[in-house]
Amino acid sequence: MNRPWIGPEHTYASVTDKISAIVLTEKAPRAWLWGFGVSLLLLSMLVAATVYLFAAGIGVWGVNVPVSWGFAIINFVWWIGIGHAGTLISAILLLLRQKWRTSINRFAEAMTLFAVVCAALFPVLHLGRPDKFYWLIPYPSTMGVWPQFRSPLIWDFFAISTYGTVSLLFWYVGLIPDLATLRDGARRPWASKVYGFLAMGWRGSARHWHRYETAYLLLAGLATALVVSVHSIVSLDFAASLLPGWHTTIFPPYFVSGAIYSGFAMVLTLAIPLRAYYGLEAFITERHLNNMANVMLATGLIVAYGYLMEHFMSWYGENAYEHAVTINRMRGPYAPAYWALLLFNVIIPQSLWWRRVRASPWALLAVSLSVNLGMWLERFVIVITSLHRDFLVSSWGMYYPTRWDWATFLGSLGLFFTAMFLFIRFLPVISVSETRELLSEPGASRS
Amino acid sequence: MNTATERAPSCGLLAEFADHKALVAAARGAYAAGYRRLDAFSPFPVEGLSEAIGFHRDALAPVVLGGGVLGAGVGYAMQYYLSAVHYPLNVGGRPLHSWPAFVPVIYEMTILFAALAAVFGMLLLNGLPRPYHPVFNVPAFARASRDRFFLYIESSDPLFDLQDTRRFLRRQGALDVADVPA
Amino acid sequence: MPPLTIDEWPEGWPTDLSRRDFLKWSGASLALALLSACRQPLEKIIPYGQEPENLVAGKPLSFATALAQGRSACGVLVTSHMGRPTRIDGNPRHPDSLGAADIFTQAEILNLYDPDRSQVVLEAGQPSHWQTFAAAWTRVLSGLRNGEGLRILTGAVISPSLGDQLSRILKRYPGARWHQYEPVASDAPQEGSLLAFGRRLLPRYRLREAEIIVSLDSDFLGSGPGRLAYAREFASRRRPERGQPMSRLYVAEGTPSITGSMADHHLPASQLQIEAMARQIAWACGARCARLPLEEPARRWAAAAAADLKRSRGRGLLAVGEFQPPMVHALAHAVNHALGNAGSTVEYLPPPDFRPESHARSMGTLARDMGAGRVSALVTVDCNPAYAAPADLDFPGLYRRLPFRVHAGHYADETAAISHWHLPLAHPLESWGDLRASDGTVTLCQPLIAPLYEGKSASELLSALFDENPRSGYELLRARWRHRPSFERFWLESLSEGVVAGTRYSPQRVEPRRTLAERLEPVSQAGYELLLRPDPTVLDGRHANNGWLQELPKPQTTLTWDNAALISPLTARTLEVENGDLLELRFRGRLLEAPAWVLANQAERSVTLHLGYGRRAGGKTAAGLGVDAYALRQGAEPWGGSGLELAKRSGRRALAATQGHHSMEGRRHVRAATLAQFKARPDFARQTEPGPAAEESLYPRWEPGEYAWGMTVNLNSCIGCSACVIACQAENNSPVVGKQEVLRGREMHWLRVDRYVEEHPPRMLHQPVPCMHCENAPCELVCPVGATVHSQEGLNEMVYNRCVGTRYCSNNCPYKVRRFNFFQYADLKTESLKMLRNPEVSVRERGVMEKCTYCVQRISAARIAAKKEGRRIRDGEVVTACQAACPAEAIVFGDLRDAQSRLSGQKADPLNYDLLASLGTRPRTSYLARLTNPAPELAS
Repeated sequence: MNRPWIGPEHTYASVTDKISAIVLTEKAPRAWLWGFGVSLLLLSMLVAATVYLFAAGIGVWGVNVPVSWGFAIINFVWWIGIGHAGTLISAILLLLRQKWRTSINRFAEAMTLFAVVCAALFPVLHLGRPDKFYWLIPYPSTMGVWPQFRSPLIWDFFAISTYGTVSLLFWYVGLIPDLATLRDGARRPWASKVYGFLAMGWRGSARHWHRYETAYLLLAGLATALVVSVHSIVSLDFAASLLPGWHTTIFPPYFVSGAIYSGFAMVLTLAIPLRAYYGLEAFITERHLNNMANVMLATGLIVAYGYLMEHFMSWYGENAYEHAVTINRMRGPYAPAYWALLLFNVIIPQSLWWRRVRASPWALLAVSLSVNLGMWLERFVIVITSLHRDFLVSSWGMYYPTRWDWATFLGSLGLFFTAMFLFIRFLPVISVSETRELLSEPGASRS
Repeated sequence: MNTATERAPSCGLLAEFADHKALVAAARGAYAAGYRRLDAFSPFPVEGLSEAIGFHRDALAPVVLGGGVLGAGVGYAMQYYLSAVHYPLNVGGRPLHSWPAFVPVIYEMTILFAALAAVFGMLLLNGLPRPYHPVFNVPAFARASRDRFFLYIESSDPLFDLQDTRRFLRRQGALDVADVPA
Repeated sequence: MPPLTIDEWPEGWPTDLSRRDFLKWSGASLALALLSACRQPLEKIIPYGQEPENLVAGKPLSFATALAQGRSACGVLVTSHMGRPTRIDGNPRHPDSLGAADIFTQAEILNLYDPDRSQVVLEAGQPSHWQTFAAAWTRVLSGLRNGEGLRILTGAVISPSLGDQLSRILKRYPGARWHQYEPVASDAPQEGSLLAFGRRLLPRYRLREAEIIVSLDSDFLGSGPGRLAYAREFASRRRPERGQPMSRLYVAEGTPSITGSMADHHLPASQLQIEAMARQIAWACGARCARLPLEEPARRWAAAAAADLKRSRGRGLLAVGEFQPPMVHALAHAVNHALGNAGSTVEYLPPPDFRPESHARSMGTLARDMGAGRVSALVTVDCNPAYAAPADLDFPGLYRRLPFRVHAGHYADETAAISHWHLPLAHPLESWGDLRASDGTVTLCQPLIAPLYEGKSASELLSALFDENPRSGYELLRARWRHRPSFERFWLESLSEGVVAGTRYSPQRVEPRRTLAERLEPVSQAGYELLLRPDPTVLDGRHANNGWLQELPKPQTTLTWDNAALISPLTARTLEVENGDLLELRFRGRLLEAPAWVLANQAERSVTLHLGYGRRAGGKTAAGLGVDAYALRQGAEPWGGSGLELAKRSGRRALAATQGHHSMEGRRHVRAATLAQFKARPDFARQTEPGPAAEESLYPRWEPGEYAWGMTVNLNSCIGCSACVIACQAENNSPVVGKQEVLRGREMHWLRVDRYVEEHPPRMLHQPVPCMHCENAPCELVCPVGATVHSQEGLNEMVYNRCVGTRYCSNNCPYKVRRFNFFQYADLKTESLKMLRNPEVSVRERGVMEKCTYCVQRISAARIAAKKEGRRIRDGEVVTACQAACPAEAIVFGDLRDAQSRLSGQKADPLNYDLLASLGTRPRTSYLARLTNPAPELAS
């Protein structure tokens, strides 16, 4: 713990310049252009798939009766899960005075925002009449009708929109001092104008800093309470139903830990290439990676415990339908997905017990990717296997995703990475002011 | 004092310091010397700086609490009114006022309102956004967002005197003291 | 992306409907409705019963008439909105309906508005005119000296007036010949009675009297003219909880039928075994006949059946299926006489058709004469020989050589395609006529609407062809019955009642010959056995263009849009084939490739192939579905025979079945017990299925409104005939989605009939599943916009306009009765279909959920009527569409608050149970458990 969180060679000026450089350099680097191009391509696929969907109807997807929720909901839950790490890292670690958050919270928050955007997309797309999505909002309509507040989907609507708003505020508030830095550092006048506008005339006054820190701390507290609630509520979409395999009280906690799990995995997936490419090893040190790996290992174990409890309950409880669902998951037509999920989500991450794995960024990247995949499979198993064989044997069915399901899913990745690349190019990926603060502290070197 | 400002060629003096300890010390000194209309600027929040210039408690916390309470109230009232009073419907045989189902929305509304209160309260109290401020006229001030620390004494301060104050600030160990033009 | 079929007449993409278009179209359809309002027939038609004759705007009227399916006629009541027929129900006063209507009869309404129906005269496939044809025809007719070389081919003629016309024509043109060919009506029953009595007679069962019923391949509940009446009579003896003794049904058959699934003892048996059993039983009952070797378990089974029959003399019945050889029928007649059942449980009536004869022989003669060049002109009326004639006759080949070929039909079908002239026939609902029911009762048929196209009725056509001054169908019909005393009153009554008084045949007193002429074919059970049978939903192919019937799951397989070679599990194992794998069938040197479908309770070495598929013409929907089983058909063996060779071929065909899993997995969705078990503990059905009991609730109950609607389905009566499904579809404007969508599990039936197969004892259980209208409806709870909510009267209501289509309700419905419009399924473009719709029920748009409403429109109609008279709605005043169609009266709908209502009685029945009761949904729809009455001898 006595090792500094920032490389010894750095000063206030150097960190400022180093981080701002990514944004303020005139020319976009080649690799960035490539990545951005590929992302744009995927994004355009999403656009095409959506246009076709709206033109032809939801039937172009593989959904049917009994499986009337498919990829859309799987992707929704997957994305919202990923969207949890950002706020969590920023908020909870801030409250816990975990200084190491500083280097990763900024783009973790950005990631959160974009993930939430991707997530919020799907519930709208999957509607039979997407043009009527706003009927979920309680507004005084001429029909005099209102949303139905007992429906978990309404809870969802409030949770997601609140989460989106608060994450945005939290992110923006964190950005204000750095926007000021960019305003003052930008050489191009238009750039300094834009950043100046966004900085709202921040000048680092002591009074302002005082209120700013209070606000930021309170926001962190609120966000922490929020982040726990959001995925709990998402899990209620399933837990509040009466389907075997959905109707279970363990869902909220195990969805939340699953969300943190996948969130950290995605942060690592982004952080490792980023630090390598922009040479930010001094800021995102191996200690950071190590800590994140530890969090992943811990949450991963909680998730594994969740799986275990599900099976225990279906065996211990007397409910024959629950039991049938468990057996069906292991032996039914979708068994491969189930076993793959265990491999990617439970077996492979166990390698994190070894320091050598945690210490090697690329091994860590591999594990993170496996977890991302595993978490997607988890949602697939939960959504599909519970629906396709429920109570009445006569209505058992199958679900086969169509090419349009895939196009929409991969397309959403395009949306996410497009946003991510723009963020890297135009905003400081690491909080400069907080980094300076770190430097100012005893123990941190400041030549 | 009005006459003083009119006669004064500037709105105050801006002293530049190398690090935050020097700034805090200077600020304490200035406050001890009786200066009240002063402000300090730093590229990151500095421990004890605001207290040094005599700023102790801010009103943000109660504002946020208010927001939260309001959110909870609005959330519950809305759901109760809409599903039990304005458009009562038998949904799944549940009571019109099935409060357990209302909890999630109340919870979210509480957090939403509190968060909005926190952010906009902070901006409001800080008087932001404020695109123009005299200190921006000092070229060196650009480093306030980079690696320099500043103490600012306004000319409107009763003790303010261009020469004395400049001298006073030098004594506090300022690298440089700049005139802040109007 | 497979092509999407979106309506009764599949065509490419589902079009999204902009509001503007919608207005445009609804405007157009309004115009059409008005148009149809003035499409009233020119002649006066008489409403049913005592209803006011003047048309009150907006108030539907119903008219009695009759519809024929081959040899059977069904009396119907047709609902007409502003002169626009919209649905068909049974006529309670008609002996072959008793108020019920089968799937074919109900689906005729869709045929009426079928845009593919033939609309104009075609000369060599090109549109022409009646006048042009008349000119050509007179030239030809004058060329034939007193009709020499002229042949007329029709289906079975059960219309007295048409019969008279034919005989007049044949008298006038002695050289002309009349042939009749009904592809799926068997000659065997009449031939059998010839053997037994020396007369052509048909047995008419009286199942209310029957305590022991032994059916040898007889599907008396599922096919044949009397089936609707039989279903009701049979059901009346399956209510032991009501006191009266329960009947016992033995069924031995090659391929499982509706009747088979109601059996107390079901035995899959080959053709040969069945004959052997018939002889065994006959011998045991004292008939002197040769016997065939019979091995277990058939021997034991036959012995038990015979013993039971003998025990209950005069109260037993031996019924034989129409596809059995005449000899087996003769044996049955002998047995029924020997046991004194004749006159008590079975009586003998003359066949309803005009000049009954062997259709196979009639068709054979025609083919022979055509081959010998003795035919110079052939007029085919409402018959499709080019498709349905036995393959070995090579009818198309012979037909092409005829100098003058005229085809009159409802569709430009395979025969029309190779005829010089095709003449459009008017739909029965467009024409005057008369039809004779299986018991002789005649119905005068009146048109509901003036012909939509240029069609003529069969009798109008014959008149146009052969009378100097052709007469209208109206004149022809009146002329036929003119001899009746006080004619005008007779005419009015007959039309308004739907039956002609005093036309019922009286039972014939007959004695079977002492000794039965023996014709023991050499026993040959080589290889597999082919069973050619009429298709359960498209019959001989006549309904192949009817989307409703194509998409109606076949009772045994739940297949839609296809036929398949039905094989037993054993055959499947030996050939290592699964559902959909292609099989090669070789029969009498003819080849056919067909997908396999494994069917429990199929006779081990019997392969069933349904006729009516593989159409090459006859409508956009009909063409190209399934395989043509006629390709294997022999004139001598129209229903197949042994000696079928079966081989697995590479490749598969995707078959669209609506139910994929047929075992109940021990979940007891259908509760069943033997009579003994029931007596031991009458409440067996109330024992909940595995899972926690969940009656108690944290929440207070909602106070019921003025009425509390509910429904019961009696699984003891239900025969799984699916009449309710079509009734629901017709009443509620349910769309047809097409094979591709069914394959994806997107069929739209609000009411489905689930099938479960039980191994021990081997049997099939049927369970109709409409919306349960749960009091604690899980679907309502999860809807974010309140698009599905509960009414005061306990209806689970669906608000289409409010639905945004999250489909959460469907997920949370444990009964999966909700249906979703994944595309714009309802056809909003085809003009004629707009006239079909029930104006009381809204047509759903893309992206909204829909489901059974308990026919809420009928409830409100009754409420309005009751309010007018300031009273409550009477018990039985609201009849749901499914309930109305059910021949077995298995469905009861009513008000739970009325303790005297029939429904309350049913709910109090010990057999009454809720589906998935453990979930605490408190369904308003409940079931009466199934009971069986096995014989002590066979109870093992």
